[in-house]
Amino acid sequence: MSTDIPTLTPEQLDTFGEEMDAIRRRILDDLGEKDADYIRSVVKAQRGFETVGRALFYLPPAWPLAVASLSVSKILDNMEIGHNVMHGQYDWMGDPGLNSRMYEWDNVCPSEQWKNSHNYIHHTFTNILGKDRDIGYGILRMDEDQPWHPYYLGNPVYALLLMTFFEWGVALHDLEVENIVAGKRKIEENKALHAGIMRKVKRQALKDYVLFPALTGPLFVPTLVGNATANLVRNIWAFNIIFCGHFPTGVATFSQEECEDESRGHWYYRQLLGSANITGGSLFHLLTGNLSHQIEHHLFPDLPARRYPEIAVEVREICERYGLPYNTGPLGKQLFSVASKICRMALPDRKKKDAPEATSTDDAVTTDRETVAA
Amino acid sequence: MSLATTVLRSKTLAALTSPHGVDRYLELVNPMWAAHEVRARIVEKTVEVDVEGHPRVATLTLQPTSTWRGHRAGQHVQVGVDIDGEGGGRRTTRVFTISSLDSRPGDRFTLTMRANPDAPEGRGVSRYLVEEAQPGTVVHLSQAQGDFVLPDSVPEHIVLISGGSGITPVMSMLRSLQNRTHRGRVTFIHYAQSPEHQIYAGELRDVARTGYGVDLHLLHPELGDPNLSPAWLERLVPGYRDVPTWACGPAPLIEGVRDAYGDSENLHVEYFKPPRTTGGDAGGEVTFARSGRTAPNTGASLLEQAEALGLTPEYGCRMGICFSCVSRKTDGVTRDVVSGDTSTLPDEEIRICVNAPEGDCTVDL
Repeated sequence: MSTDIPTLTPEQLDTFGEEMDAIRRRILDDLGEKDADYIRSVVKAQRGFETVGRALFYLPPAWPLAVASLSVSKILDNMEIGHNVMHGQYDWMGDPGLNSRMYEWDNVCPSEQWKNSHNYIHHTFTNILGKDRDIGYGILRMDEDQPWHPYYLGNPVYALLLMTFFEWGVALHDLEVENIVAGKRKIEENKALHAGIMRKVKRQALKDYVLFPALTGPLFVPTLVGNATANLVRNIWAFNIIFCGHFPTGVATFSQEECEDESRGHWYYRQLLGSANITGGSLFHLLTGNLSHQIEHHLFPDLPARRYPEIAVEVREICERYGLPYNTGPLGKQLFSVASKICRMALPDRKKKDAPEATSTDDAVTTDRETVAA
Repeated sequence: MSLATTVLRSKTLAALTSPHGVDRYLELVNPMWAAHEVRARIVEKTVEVDVEGHPRVATLTLQPTSTWRGHRAGQHVQVGVDIDGEGGGRRTTRVFTISSLDSRPGDRFTLTMRANPDAPEGRGVSRYLVEEAQPGTVVHLSQAQGDFVLPDSVPEHIVLISGGSGITPVMSMLRSLQNRTHRGRVTFIHYAQSPEHQIYAGELRDVARTGYGVDLHLLHPELGDPNLSPAWLERLVPGYRDVPTWACGPAPLIEGVRDAYGDSENLHVEYFKPPRTTGGDAGGEVTFARSGRTAPNTGASLLEQAEALGLTPEYGCRMGICFSCVSRKTDGVTRDVVSGDTSTLPDEEIRICVNAPEGDCTVDL
């Protein structure tokens, strides 16, 4: 593990896991109309913002309002609705319009691929180096245990680019370009994925960059620019919220050996230590899709996100009893923490510089890491 | 197709409303507007049978959206309802047979159902529709389904056999024949518990009196009427095995009809499976319907049992969090190994990595 965090005995991990299971059990038993009404009202609001946004492009002076409205629509669609519905949080409702297998979001990444790379890879192997491809998205260096390379001098630039083109980064994530470069993956393996991405990209581009602009006739260009801006606003917002979820200082990463045959308790423990929250008001939580409760989301990815604030109170109390850190802070603090990490990781590790030369073999690196961890 | 429908189903509108689709917007304005999905408003409810101490039977008249493509007598439809109250917010879907005569696109039709007393609290679709739903309630529908239907050209003589609420599809057939002024003979045999339990009693009396060529037999074996037997059938319809027959009802009746007709190609049947309960242990057989594999239930998760049979269902985390493995359980009792809950619901989406069957179970894999 990368930082000094209290370890729990296997027995403690078991009771910790049982306490988490009990919370999950209680919420599952309580799911009902309130949750259904909530998500339906969010969907209604999102469709409203979308319709109003699209319509306001006909009034040139209202252009900033149109962009704002469409941005809110896309943010709600991707975060509080899309991300959460695709996690299966509302599958129990039996509504095909809110079912994880059928939902498609307003984003160039096909939902089918997202569910594999996010729900399965990222949520199962959270913060396990070498397995969780969301650590730096294969582009950035976000952890001391990722070996430094001169390429990473560009870390801040790559981060800015990833932020600007976030939906595209997410869409291309599954192609595992870094593994192709490294020779671990064959380019042919991407063929089927390519087709899926292209189909979705075409639909998204046709709507935002051809049809809706064309419908506004002489206002084609302002509408096109407005739609692109709304997509950009969503990209920046989503990137920042997501990066605050796993990369602020103090968030732990794990080695594959640590997680071999892990117990359910250890899985919860890893989810807790591998995530960070952002404090804020209820409107802020809504706009983050409740990913401001990243810790609770990682502990209970399939519980409706509106329940995270109430769960958070209990999780904090449990953490205090077990002496485990609960990483949270205001958006500004978490963002600053992430930004400094992105810059720090661009440079080679100081400790490594001081270490003796004998770090060239894999064995030596492992030993070195264990020393650091201990 | 009307202009509105043409526009609503156009590729342009689909592209503009991508990725959600036209219906996701229309439903927010008016639930009865749809481009592809089918919904219906309950416009009338009539109680057919109300015997004290027995579940009620009612007929609902539904006004479907313009997307309803119509039905052929004998077909059924899936009905999804959002039941309020404790554990609400869940849409539960059940299949009901259409009891009115053939319908054309957008036509009203009726469903007749008995309130199932055994359905779990908050999930009883028939109980909700019969006891609680008021005219004005909107329900979700599929298109009409099923091949338990009359041929386009109806034979000179046919036999319709039904038991209990199994009367609905054959009643739809009888009504359609009357409406089409079928000139042949119809032998209509129906088994009910008692005259008080007779669904459509008034209408059947009228048919018996004025209906052309309808030979009606309403039987109550519990009150001494003869049970169905080959000898009895032979007396009623000589050479009945050569007469096209449609039969619908509870399993024992259908077994009896099957035995009587042997391997005759003229028999068409439809079952209503009685709900089954099992003890809390493994046992029974697990069937993977799509691949046609069946094996004794080992008690392991459905995913493991499927893999043991050489199947390769999609899966991800194998611990119930990622939903990659969600599959449809069509029948049987399953236990969620994480929560310990059991579920007897048919046609339920389950995570096969954390669900183990208890007794017989069929999964669409």
